[in-house]
Amino acid sequence: MAEIHVIISSCDRNVGITTALRRKPVLVNFTSKLEQTMADEDEVKLFGMWASPYSRRVELALKLKGIPYEYVEEDLSSKSCLLLKYNPVHQKIPVLVHYGKPIAESLVILEYIDETWTNNPILPQDPYDRAMARFWAKFIDEKLLMTTRKASVASGKEKEQAIEEITEQLKLLESELQGKEYFSGPSIGYLDIVASVLVFWFGNLQEALGVDMFTKEKFPIIFGWIGKVVEIDAVEVCRIPKEKHLEYIRTRLEAFKSASK
Amino acid sequence: MADELVLLDFWPSPFGMRVRIALAEKGIKHEYREEDLRNKSALLLQMNPVHKKIPVLIHNGKPVCESLIQVQYIDEVWHDQAPLLPSDPYQRAIARFWADFVDKKIYELGRKIWTTKGEEQEAGKKEFIECLKLLEGELGDKPYFGGENLGYVDVVLVPFYSWFLAYEKCGNFSIEAECPKLIAWAKRCLQKESVSKSLPDQEKVYGFVLQLKKIFGIE
Repeated sequence: MAEIHVIISSCDRNVGITTALRRKPVLVNFTSKLEQTMADEDEVKLFGMWASPYSRRVELALKLKGIPYEYVEEDLSSKSCLLLKYNPVHQKIPVLVHYGKPIAESLVILEYIDETWTNNPILPQDPYDRAMARFWAKFIDEKLLMTTRKASVASGKEKEQAIEEITEQLKLLESELQGKEYFSGPSIGYLDIVASVLVFWFGNLQEALGVDMFTKEKFPIIFGWIGKVVEIDAVEVCRIPKEKHLEYIRTRLEAFKSASK
Repeated sequence: MADELVLLDFWPSPFGMRVRIALAEKGIKHEYREEDLRNKSALLLQMNPVHKKIPVLIHNGKPVCESLIQVQYIDEVWHDQAPLLPSDPYQRAIARFWADFVDKKIYELGRKIWTTKGEEQEAGKKEFIECLKLLEGELGDKPYFGGENLGYVDVVLVPFYSWFLAYEKCGNFSIEAECPKLIAWAKRCLQKESVSKSLPDQEKVYGFVLQLKKIFGIE
């Protein structure tokens, strides 16, 4: 018989993560007949959102390492009390909760996963290679995805410029892939997990925007990599359903356009 | 073979200061090269072709770019001396989270304070203080973010202290009045030689900011 402890705590948005942890939770004990496998999944919880590439990349890492977890889908228009408790600073997904201890920010979560579950390491061992992997991960998040966001909401000349910038950024990623099976080398790793945004999310966004710059002809090496990556079971499981995603993007863009009028 | 380490830097850059502190904490010999950002050296452009920015750390001819990545690299290569990141994975995640927070917020908000006026500046000041208060919360009663010793978050945040006078004068407010604990922490850090030798004088930074305002026509 397993005991479940439910932590009830008020949602205090002004408290930092570690301060929140130091607060004394109120424990309510329930006992119930639960399978041991369910208890395993309670160890790791992921608060995520189906259309978020940041959330999907954490799922990919968990699946590649064979870590059982409970997935909690968040409605971003109505964030749960738990999410706000676990990430009071940014109030965003993804948040990984390991035995009740929260970790936020997808790149921070990926490194935590790699350091905690040391099977199938995703980051390279050598410090210089690690620095390079972190550099390109940061480039993808802070340059490519930021410019992509800009292009999504811009119009006219501003949009054209943003698309040109994205093209240059993708070219840099292409040359980083040159001569390698995967971004991480002979097998899939941290940088592939971060770059997995290119596998489903990026193409869907392009289609929703009616743009046609991310093509096999322009980026043969990246598309070759995508072809390899989708053969991996864990990656397929993290596919973002296309039609649902297209509709979601279109709805969000409409909402953004009406909000800015 | 002796390690060859070159740091391409620019004296008022808080990002460069992070690397200076990390190298000094660990007593790592290196060559410091001052860059003129209006006339970037061929070496800088060659070593950081993607961003063309300082700081760049060149270790035995191989470049490492981006200050948080450089500090982690230094911590991993010279892991025996003065470790900056904790050894426990969860504590490391907390440290990385707050370093990321500083990177996302402090520089941009500070920049907003010295480059804008009126409502925009007021909004910048308000958010800036809110962020510093969150950091004070994280510091708690510890002498340093790293606990008993200087750690990763201390190294990442303390350089901005050299810009505080500039923010205060441009924004007409007192950071100490709002965040006394954080100022006390910064002064504690400055008692360490690795920090005091890596941070320029606040007045010097303020003078630099005034020059920039003139050049960019900001009142």
